[in-house]
Amino acid sequence: MSNDIFVITEHMDGKFSDVSFELVGKAKELASALGGQAVAVVVGSGTASNVFASDSTIQVDDTALSQFNPEAYGKVIEALVKDKSPRLVMFGWTATGMDLAAWLSARLGVPCAAYVKNIGADLTMSCQAYGGKMSADVAPEGDMAIAAVLAGSFPVEAGQGSTAATTMASPVALDGLKTKFVEAIKPAAGDVDITAQTKLVSIGRGIGSKDNVELAEELAGKLGATVSSSRPVVDAGWLPRTRQVGKSGLKVKPKLYLMLGISGAPEHLEGMKSAELIIAINTDKKAPIFNVAHYGATADLFEVAEAMLELL
Amino acid sequence: MAGPIKAKFVEKEHAVVDGVDISGHWNRMFEQRVITEYTPELIEKIADLPNAESFANCYQCAKCVSVCPVDIVGNYGPRKLYRYAQTGMDLTEAPELWLCTTCKNCLRVCPKEVDMIKIMPAAREEAILQGKFVPAELQQAFENTAKSGNPLGQPQRKRDAWIKDAGVEIPIIKDLARPVDVLWYVGSYPSYHPRGIDAASAAARIFSALGIDFAILGKEEKDDADSQRLAGEKGLFEMMAESNIATFNNYEWKEMVVTGPHELNAFKNVYPKYGFDRPVIHYTTFLARHLDQLKELLKHEVNVKVTYHDPCYLGRHNGEYEAPRKLLEAIPGVELVEMQRNRENGYCCGGGGGGMWMDSFTAKHTTMRLSEKRAMEAASTGADVLAVACPFEVSRFADAVKSTGNEHVDVLDILELLDKSMRGE
Amino acid sequence: MNIVVAIKHIPSIADDLPVKGNNVDFDSVDFVLNEFDEQSIEQAVLVKEAVGGTVTVVGVDMIGELDGVLHLALAKGADKAVKITGDDPAADSHQQAKWLAEAIKGMSADMVFAGVQASNDLDGQIGPMIAAHLDMPYIGGVSSVEVAGDSATVNKEFAGGVGAKYSVSLPMVVGVQASTKPPRYAPVSKVRQVAQTATIEKVAPSGDAGSGLTFKKMAPPVVTGHAEMIEGSSKDVAKKIVELLKSKGLA
Repeated sequence: MSNDIFVITEHMDGKFSDVSFELVGKAKELASALGGQAVAVVVGSGTASNVFASDSTIQVDDTALSQFNPEAYGKVIEALVKDKSPRLVMFGWTATGMDLAAWLSARLGVPCAAYVKNIGADLTMSCQAYGGKMSADVAPEGDMAIAAVLAGSFPVEAGQGSTAATTMASPVALDGLKTKFVEAIKPAAGDVDITAQTKLVSIGRGIGSKDNVELAEELAGKLGATVSSSRPVVDAGWLPRTRQVGKSGLKVKPKLYLMLGISGAPEHLEGMKSAELIIAINTDKKAPIFNVAHYGATADLFEVAEAMLELL
Repeated sequence: MAGPIKAKFVEKEHAVVDGVDISGHWNRMFEQRVITEYTPELIEKIADLPNAESFANCYQCAKCVSVCPVDIVGNYGPRKLYRYAQTGMDLTEAPELWLCTTCKNCLRVCPKEVDMIKIMPAAREEAILQGKFVPAELQQAFENTAKSGNPLGQPQRKRDAWIKDAGVEIPIIKDLARPVDVLWYVGSYPSYHPRGIDAASAAARIFSALGIDFAILGKEEKDDADSQRLAGEKGLFEMMAESNIATFNNYEWKEMVVTGPHELNAFKNVYPKYGFDRPVIHYTTFLARHLDQLKELLKHEVNVKVTYHDPCYLGRHNGEYEAPRKLLEAIPGVELVEMQRNRENGYCCGGGGGGMWMDSFTAKHTTMRLSEKRAMEAASTGADVLAVACPFEVSRFADAVKSTGNEHVDVLDILELLDKSMRGE
Repeated sequence: MNIVVAIKHIPSIADDLPVKGNNVDFDSVDFVLNEFDEQSIEQAVLVKEAVGGTVTVVGVDMIGELDGVLHLALAKGADKAVKITGDDPAADSHQQAKWLAEAIKGMSADMVFAGVQASNDLDGQIGPMIAAHLDMPYIGGVSSVEVAGDSATVNKEFAGGVGAKYSVSLPMVVGVQASTKPPRYAPVSKVRQVAQTATIEKVAPSGDAGSGLTFKKMAPPVVTGHAEMIEGSSKDVAKKIVELLKSKGLA
């Protein structure tokens, strides 16, 4: 057993995501409190990994790991963690981390906390669950724990550095995998790029139906803005996926982010919280978005939008 | 099975009638044959459904076809459906299933009482339950009704948004917190559709001028769902009926007045099966009862030639032909002319039985819309105004007069004509 | 093709969540189907319609009200419904995943679908844990599934339209982000018919597992900042927003 803190980093096309640096920064803080090391773990193939401020960096290198493959990555991480017995294994609560954290927890019989927003020196984890409406403080039992942390929880800079990576071969055989990476999927071209817009009118579940999207389009038209949305609107087929803001969508930083009927789940906040001016209209006065927006109003979005149209 | 057995024909070389030889090639006749290639299975499949028993009664007299509004713009009619079923069409899978508007003109003339008003909903429900083809636009109307409480998919909380521009006070029964004489059930289209709102606003002004003690349900009002029932979604209808009956019974009122004939049919003829038994009348009947008082209010002349379209669910289904005409005749300046098909034989606008939400689908199977056929009939009378008394019709006919090049014909609800005469606008 | 859909009945977050002790007061909340499970059920039915087979929906009955959800799934095209009589509204994802995996073991599943996440997945999602227990590969964040023979091709979404296509030898567990087509409407007639005629198989919970997490506190998040709230009628709000935008040169 050690007091080391492992960070399972994530990268694509040779570039590490912000959350990896955020986690390494936090891991350093925790490791120094616990008297262990902050270890950045890079699973990949030929990835330039000397970019972290970690105490050490382990790079597991194998051509079978050149692209994210949940089965292969899972096997490697499981073997590594079994071997090194860190105190805490940190993942991002991201598209890749979500495939691995709970899986590893069930494989190893080790506690796992998800939607983690903060971690105390005693490894008590604050989780922002229930769509951001509740914060739960949970303490893991035993000698090892897993944390799946929401992106944007910690500063990026604290994790940036140049620690040299120690390269090792995969600790497990990677032949006979049932999962094969076929190809990368690029965003569909043709639609507007919402990340390039200075003004967005963003709609959420509160818009109610496909027909009502028109109202948002009309308002956006008057404002010289583009319509974007939270995930449920896209999942319902009311807008194309290219318009989605948030964890599984795009990250935007417009001058104006006018939100109609978006409650502000953590997944959405990840994509827009650095917008310069955030105005939120929602009927639920306790919607978490009001903790993030600069201006808010508890009102009927349709009435407000229609009244705005008359004034513009 | 072997191919169809063709009937043999015989030609008599010599036909002598009264001593005159009239032989010729026309003298050919068919022998009798046993029908073997037709099976009753697909007829039974329909007739075995609860309430669809009368489908088997058809004896192919074809009286229905001559009055079927869909046949006039296509190739349809109950007799034909029976025949198609005999020759291999499974009605639950055929496009024909969705063309009937339940206008009831066939049942009016059928000697065998083949009741398409019951057969169609049963066969459609079967198609829905078996996951067979259902027109997408109809499914959308079902889904909208289930989720938003109206087939248009408009938000429930905006149901009474129209009242602020009506120009008169329209009390909401919940806020009034006292019994009223009349509970006015406004209906979905009058609440949300721009042309429906025109009629609803006119009604509000008329009720107000007559001094009627009325109130509406406001945001608590939900669609009656009768057309959804006729289109086969009985479960949705029952869900809505249970909810509506509970709302209606929450309040004290003496009589319910409805804007739409479909609502009249729902609340008067169908909801009683679900335990609702209170007086409901259509606004034309209600206003005709106040005719003397109303006449005093109709101060301004409306100098137009008007033809009146009988809504199927007001006329054939509920027997009200005279009240709308009395109202129109009471308007000074109005000259009422009749279309050839009127009253019991009135032509259907195509909106009933779910047709309201299947226009794109129906268009693929007919030569023109029923509403267009009717708009042309209206125009041919030389009328300036096509007057209606059903909220489905204003938008349907307004489109139809345009698409048939008859823009000069105004489509107005009787309520709007009364309001014009009352206000002199 | 044996297709299994593992679903979660979770506290509704439409209203405020009441707290009791250090957890949600499960006795005073409504339970609803996890929204991602609607996508997951649809995706399973789409696969069945494409390649044939049966869809079995299985969930833990948390508060004795799972039948309605199962009826809906059957009306949407599932063939069989199974409920695990957990009757523990506080059962966490670890416990539910264990019970589900034990129940699924006997079903010879070729594919198991689960919603990619649920709002109460404080200890992780059931999908990857079921995969771990059944020793099947897992891919989450999936937005399309095609099956040919004994392998499936799935599209996984990372973010912003970037994703990856994987080919997986079956059996596997899929965490559904969004179904290829939006979830279909279940006619109420169908739901009501199903409610009267369907039989729901009951399975006793088997196997113990827990998250290993001790709840120390549960409360609405501490507010670090708050929007400046614009008061008044909708018209007032609109007027103030327009003024604000004009003052900043944004309108």
